[in-house]
Amino acid sequence: MALIQGKFIDNIGRVYTIYTGGFIVFILLMAILEQMGVSANTIGILFVAFTIAIYALIGWLSRTMEVDAYYVAGRQVPAVYNGMATAADWMSGASFVAMAGGIYFGGYGYIAFVVGWTGGYVLVNSLMAPYLRKFGCYTVPDFVGTRYGGNLARFFAVVVLVVASFTYVTAQINATGTIAARALHIPFSYGVWFGLLGILLCSMLGGMRAVTWTQVAQYIVLIVAYLVPVIWMSNVQGFGLIPHFSYGGAAQSIVAFETQYGLNPPLEAVAGMSVLTTTHLAPVGDLAGWKFVTLAICMMTGTASLPHILMRYFTTPTVRAARKSVAWSLLFIFLLYFTAPALATLTKLQLLDPDLPTAIIGKPIEEVLALAWVQNWSSVNMLAVVDQNADGILQLNEFFMRPDIVVLATPEIAGLPYVISGLVAAGGMAAAMSTADGLLLAIANALSHDLYYKIIDPKADTATRLIVARVLLIIIGALGALVASLQLTGILGAVAWAFCFAASGLFFPLVLGIWWKRANRPGALAGMGIGFVVGTIYLWWVYTGGTQILGLDHLRFGIVGMTASLVAMVVVTLMTEAPDEETQKMVDATRVPVGPPILASGH
Amino acid sequence: MSVENSETADRYWAKTRSLTILVLVLWAIFAIIIPWFAGALNSYSFLGFPLGYYMIVQGSLIAFVLLIFFQNWRQDSIDDEFGYNEEE
Repeated sequence: MALIQGKFIDNIGRVYTIYTGGFIVFILLMAILEQMGVSANTIGILFVAFTIAIYALIGWLSRTMEVDAYYVAGRQVPAVYNGMATAADWMSGASFVAMAGGIYFGGYGYIAFVVGWTGGYVLVNSLMAPYLRKFGCYTVPDFVGTRYGGNLARFFAVVVLVVASFTYVTAQINATGTIAARALHIPFSYGVWFGLLGILLCSMLGGMRAVTWTQVAQYIVLIVAYLVPVIWMSNVQGFGLIPHFSYGGAAQSIVAFETQYGLNPPLEAVAGMSVLTTTHLAPVGDLAGWKFVTLAICMMTGTASLPHILMRYFTTPTVRAARKSVAWSLLFIFLLYFTAPALATLTKLQLLDPDLPTAIIGKPIEEVLALAWVQNWSSVNMLAVVDQNADGILQLNEFFMRPDIVVLATPEIAGLPYVISGLVAAGGMAAAMSTADGLLLAIANALSHDLYYKIIDPKADTATRLIVARVLLIIIGALGALVASLQLTGILGAVAWAFCFAASGLFFPLVLGIWWKRANRPGALAGMGIGFVVGTIYLWWVYTGGTQILGLDHLRFGIVGMTASLVAMVVVTLMTEAPDEETQKMVDATRVPVGPPILASGH
Repeated sequence: MSVENSETADRYWAKTRSLTILVLVLWAIFAIIIPWFAGALNSYSFLGFPLGYYMIVQGSLIAFVLLIFFQNWRQDSIDDEFGYNEEE
């Protein structure tokens, strides 16, 4: 207890400096072990096991039985550290594991995720975070329920939150399962449960406080793990110490290689894997600009409505600190996101450029099949090399890969020592675990605070509330792992859906709750209900093969849902009575950064 | 917030709102307009990158980071001007 209370906050800089130093020493130790001949498998296991043990230790040290500590980490998290925690909370398995792979195969169209997942923070900062912090809520439905009044509004918000976050969390548990399975050499179905165990160890005893301090630790691991291989590759390829500003030449040479090798579809497709058919730089197709922008808008509005992100800003001491921590969050996220396109570019060049020893395209098939990394990843069905035109040479359209593995396989492709692969696996694990923690907590808190305490049993005492919260955490985690073990969608599809669900149901009710004093309960109910239902119906419609409106596919259903939500909310609000004097005063108080919060501590 | 302060609060809110609108306009330029025309911008070159590509993988991202720091700097000085900073 003493370690985490005031004393810990005072020493926080020193604690995390020692932690970072310790982690670097651990990496060096692993490198030495590798040189001494310890097997790659053992190093992979040590990396994943050691980091998870550290997170679990932090989780245990942060245990608490106080409501404020459990729901909002006692509202004493300094802005910079909240920024790091948010960055880890934010950057999921999709960002860490799948994003660079998506850019590798998807080019311009895919980069909409990069723009969307950063630009969203401008909306968070200007429209949401400072005001929600002032409000003093524990959860996002807490704001909706108090601002608009009534259990029905609160309940609608809980439903949207649960659907959006649950869609997202299964993807994260799936990612932890994939990484655990590969690093620990256990079957995927066990990997999923192992991952869940790690996630629960971080969050169950200490709620938001435990999640905050583990997420800071996880951010440090994941950012080191992401940057090291890219910087290493860049130095091997001669793009300098910091490749980010100098890989323009690499991007230009890829365009030249694309012409040389030809971007052709494969003669025969391999299920679940992709070949490179999209050009690296330029937009493709008539609607390219429109598609980019609609996807980016869905991701940005989704960012500003996803409860696991918004609730991170409830943990800062002041409104000003909440704003400051949004800025830090984006800076920390930016470090990874502007590296992802560099990684995709440099990895692609490793494979295409015949001047580099790692190139495989244009080489004899037999030579390529003899490479250790090709064999490793082929054996788990993540990669395939097939001489479909039978000329004995590997063509660009004969190299199949699952996009998800680009980041994980990059160290091996570039011929880096195995210690780097172990590091990347630990980073991917940290990214997926930290996001899963935030999401599970968002769901369990909404159900325990808003559904159980505020709606079902308002007389429940503190101990009961916190026990209910923990039991729900375990149940939801188990449900998530169960769904994840069914492997229904790829990592990325599910993530984009979560953003669209949140944007459809919550974006306008939240924004207008702060920015439009006239917004009232019937309007908010219509906005949440109609937005969410219309979005969901449209998703079902296009996913089952219905005609798309204006090229909006299942990744962009948020545009349809949000439009319906805005129209419904404005029309219904204007048709019904303005909110009462008290509510209007509440909105006024929300807009002023000082003074007592609307909802008192322990509410 | 007491009643006699409501006029101050209104002026504060007007300033905050103008700043927010400015931020959202700048945001729209970097998040929507530039990416939409990235193909056309690719005919120009910047730091060895085609400009449109550079903007979506880096330029707009840098703009977002700067934009939030800019907004917070301006908002802090609005808060100070109205004396809404006693918490710090």
